[in-house]
Amino acid sequence: MELLVTLPLLIPLALSLALFAARRHRRASRIIAIAGATILLTVAAALLVVTHDGIQVVAIGEWPAPYGIVLVADLFSAAILLVCALVSWATIVYATGWMDAERERTGFYPLVFALLLGVNGAFLTGDLFNLYVWFEVMLMASFVLLVLGTEKGQVEGGIKYVSLNLLASTFFLSATGILYGIAGTLNFAHLSSVLAYVDPQILNIVAVLLGIAFGIKAAVFPLFFWLPASYHTPPVPVSALFAGLLTKVGVYALIRVFTLLFVHDPGWTHTLLLFCAALTMLTGVLGALAQHDVRRILSFHIVSQIGYMIFGLALYTPLGLASSVFYLIHHIVVKTNLFLLSGLVERTFGTGSLDRLGGLFRTHAWLGVLFLVPAFSLAGVPPLSGFLAKLLVIRAGLAAQAYLATAVAVLVGLFTLLSMLKIWNEAFWKARPDHSMILHDTGRFPARLVVPIVVLASVTILLGIAGEPLLALSSRAAAQLLDPAAYQAAVLGTVTVQAINGGV
Amino acid sequence: MTTLPSIILRTAVRWISPLLLLFSLFLLLRGHHEPGGGFSGGLIASTAFALFTFGHGLETARRILRVSPPTLVVAGITLALVSGSLAFLAHKTFLTGLWIAIPLVGDTRVELGTPLLFDVGVYLTVIGATLTMLFEFAKE
Repeated sequence: MELLVTLPLLIPLALSLALFAARRHRRASRIIAIAGATILLTVAAALLVVTHDGIQVVAIGEWPAPYGIVLVADLFSAAILLVCALVSWATIVYATGWMDAERERTGFYPLVFALLLGVNGAFLTGDLFNLYVWFEVMLMASFVLLVLGTEKGQVEGGIKYVSLNLLASTFFLSATGILYGIAGTLNFAHLSSVLAYVDPQILNIVAVLLGIAFGIKAAVFPLFFWLPASYHTPPVPVSALFAGLLTKVGVYALIRVFTLLFVHDPGWTHTLLLFCAALTMLTGVLGALAQHDVRRILSFHIVSQIGYMIFGLALYTPLGLASSVFYLIHHIVVKTNLFLLSGLVERTFGTGSLDRLGGLFRTHAWLGVLFLVPAFSLAGVPPLSGFLAKLLVIRAGLAAQAYLATAVAVLVGLFTLLSMLKIWNEAFWKARPDHSMILHDTGRFPARLVVPIVVLASVTILLGIAGEPLLALSSRAAAQLLDPAAYQAAVLGTVTVQAINGGV
Repeated sequence: MTTLPSIILRTAVRWISPLLLLFSLFLLLRGHHEPGGGFSGGLIASTAFALFTFGHGLETARRILRVSPPTLVVAGITLALVSGSLAFLAHKTFLTGLWIAIPLVGDTRVELGTPLLFDVGVYLTVIGATLTMLFEFAKE
């Protein structure tokens, strides 16, 4: 059992090292990468099964909490870990059919697994400082991935990305320092039990600082602008991986700290979150309407969808949190798939600009149908997973009487549909604008590009028509999130916890 | 980078660098209970190579190091990973320290354990990472 919680960290680290050693051998790299991603997926699935029996805690090096480093897997983290492993599997398979020799040789695969190490670490860590460390691991790996190959646009996007994220890290570290100063501990479970004795006003400040830090990472309004500026520049597999994973780690961290640590004054902190959530949904979708490039449109939709997840968290009700968990899982699959699909469109035309696309349905009808699955799911059309996700969010909003924000959520759903139909009309349906234009790639796509898309689309359909198990899982995960006492008991066990006299 | 024309530096480096390397090993071994350890030891060791780069040029420094710095990083992290994973063989959690005592003459004995192995990993990683950067800059 203990091994299972550690493996999601050890496997990516070992694979990253192995792939670095094998980076000059393209074929061997691809085989190791795909096999490794498959193993990671299996381990993540096993971890979720085990987590059903209760929160799994591992004290690294047998140093007990709250003094040592602990890894904690509850239903929420295990579920997100599994879905992230799924989309990274899909992206890695896709990348083996996509990446150019230059990028493969300069270390694309080792970096992907280094990124996964950071992502998995962030999901499993049981204390705030290690969360910071894993965020940095993720940031470094993602920054190199973003500029790997150094095309001009890439470097420009990369600088925006890294400067904003370093700012976020500064906020994060400051907040961590203040929290350690007032509480004397950074272990989540320990913090959660001692924060009750801390002056709530100072706690509000720390909550806002951490909210800003994670808000930048998650691309929440008003700190989202780095995302659409950088996600369309790198190669498609990198975009897809970022779209699926990176902002979601920010959302994960927000959900974790605003259910476990900062629950002293939900009327203030969570209302602030609700405000940000509504504006995130709205600005994201409006930004998307103004765009005319497939990946830019999709990037803005990441922002607007993040709003839905924060909305559920901001309501701070069992149904609200369940909707957040459900939405997060649904969204990771759908968004990655849309980026992977946009890659096939770009590959065919050599561009992602809507003005120069058209008539794809005539030559690749199946691609048009495949595109509709995640696109309609994103917009919330039944019977796909997005419908259930949006239904949950809206029901939770109505139940909590947050009518205005709920209205925004409904409206944004309509705009999302509009935006998706725009891509579909322009790329697939309308006549090709310039028949003399030579298509880059008219041949059949290799299976490694198509299989991941089909797998993710099937998951979307499956979660839509048979959403009951995921719904049950989300509700249980939400119940766990709303019960910090159980988390404390699982992590701290028999250790007696006292309020520590800090600086205040 | 061209070699600095100072004969004083070139001569001094020949004497100082071995001392620095020895000192870095001392720090590495001392680190378990007292200030020191793989990180500071690694930094001191890299200064030895940095001085060589300044005094005798990049090529000489590379030749003396024998392996490429990125390889050192990979070897270091691998060693750290292995030292942590050895705990699994003893059915303990990752990174749990395992110790063996080797008796020397009389009552003295030396205790060797996986934390030392881990520290050696850190030592190599730090040397590798520092020199990767230094050699890149020295190329300019």
